[in-house]
Amino acid sequence: MTSEETIRDVLSQHAKLGVDATTIGADDDLYAAGMTSHASVNVMLALEDAFDIEFPEELLRRQTFASVSAIREAVEGLAQ
Amino acid sequence: MRIDPELIQRAKAVAAGAAEHASSVDTEGRFPQEAMDAVREQRLLGLLIPTELGGEGRTIREVGAVCEVIAGGCGSTGMIFAMHHNQIAGLVRHGDTDAFRERCRRIAEGQLLVASATTEISTGGDTRSSTCAVEPAEDGSFTLVKNAPVISYGDYADLLLLTARANPEAAANDQVLVFAEKDTLTLEPTNDWDTMGFRGTCSPGFIATVHASQDAILPVPFATISAHTMLPASHILWSSVWLGLALTAAEKCRTFVQHAARRTPGVTPPSASRLAELNIAVDSFAARVHQAAEEFDSIEPGSDELERMGFALAMNGLKIASSTAVVDVVNRAMLILGIAGYRNNTPYSMSRLLRDAHGAEVMVNNDRILLNSASMELVRRSRTP
Repeated sequence: MTSEETIRDVLSQHAKLGVDATTIGADDDLYAAGMTSHASVNVMLALEDAFDIEFPEELLRRQTFASVSAIREAVEGLAQ
Repeated sequence: MRIDPELIQRAKAVAAGAAEHASSVDTEGRFPQEAMDAVREQRLLGLLIPTELGGEGRTIREVGAVCEVIAGGCGSTGMIFAMHHNQIAGLVRHGDTDAFRERCRRIAEGQLLVASATTEISTGGDTRSSTCAVEPAEDGSFTLVKNAPVISYGDYADLLLLTARANPEAAANDQVLVFAEKDTLTLEPTNDWDTMGFRGTCSPGFIATVHASQDAILPVPFATISAHTMLPASHILWSSVWLGLALTAAEKCRTFVQHAARRTPGVTPPSASRLAELNIAVDSFAARVHQAAEEFDSIEPGSDELERMGFALAMNGLKIASSTAVVDVVNRAMLILGIAGYRNNTPYSMSRLLRDAHGAEVMVNNDRILLNSASMELVRRSRTP
């Protein structure tokens, strides 16, 4: 799976979106699509597990998880 | 930090009058009209509004100090005052349009009182989710119908802020904040407010119907308004009110213990040790509230810092700590004052303070806040430097 596919997989399991996480636009706002802050914590935990990473303090904010592309940018930044 | 003594004097003038009527407000469960008239007379409803819009451009720390003083006279008046300023903080920080600046100017000039309807029958106390939705019309207006289980001082407010989904298709947490003027709003009461404490806040349920122009919708999502401003400000200002109750309890104890000491010079009454302990608790309480207010004021509005998980955890922690501290202090005072505090007809009576204090933990239930903090603790990073 590409990292984007993994992200979408995590989102479909944990983000509780009102739309299909596998087809949502990469820049669409996940919060506006129904992700609550509680769900975003679960997404964060599942991403850390899936990519074997730990988000540092400065990335633990709403914007980091606001869209598929924002998450990909954060995840790829950490994987380097 | 020293607070402008002139501001404190104005707050004290309100508190003195509020204290006179607090008992009848409590007994009759009525709106503290005399105290709120005094608040307007002292022009305290526009404190947070920028000076260029006719307000005073005060900080949350300063408004919190006023909440402490007023709540010391009457807890219900203190809560109404705190809630109003939380609404104003949201308007001032996020109403970045000419229409909203004009509204703020009118609030300061007319000393208008702002209430809010952020909970809903169907979602309970979860302010970050709505069932009702703004229904826009082609002519630039919108309609909103909201069944709110609680609208504090709803019958007495000049203006109302309501949360709702941004449109009929929006997700439950895709919310906006709607500003309703009296002439755009109807309120149909659905229940009454007969509670243990804070009886004068007069907070029954209503079905609110708003029909207004779309420029009455705040231009920023409620998610941001809540996280950046209204959630932290409400925790700080409510905590300030509860601190005011604790300070009043401490003051009763001081008078009581010193009175006893004067009767037996040379013998320190046993209650003096309890008073010393009580004041240690009050000092920690005050330090926490003031520190949180100063931290909030020190962060630039709109800054990323307000999105930080550590900040949200600190503000949740403040609410939980303050709401339990006020009960702790009041309980300590009960032991010091003994039967004089237990009686309803002495100057030391603790009945109203005790009942008000217990409201703190249930108004936005601590369990809900703790659960929210618990989920953040799952990802919080090291706190060591």
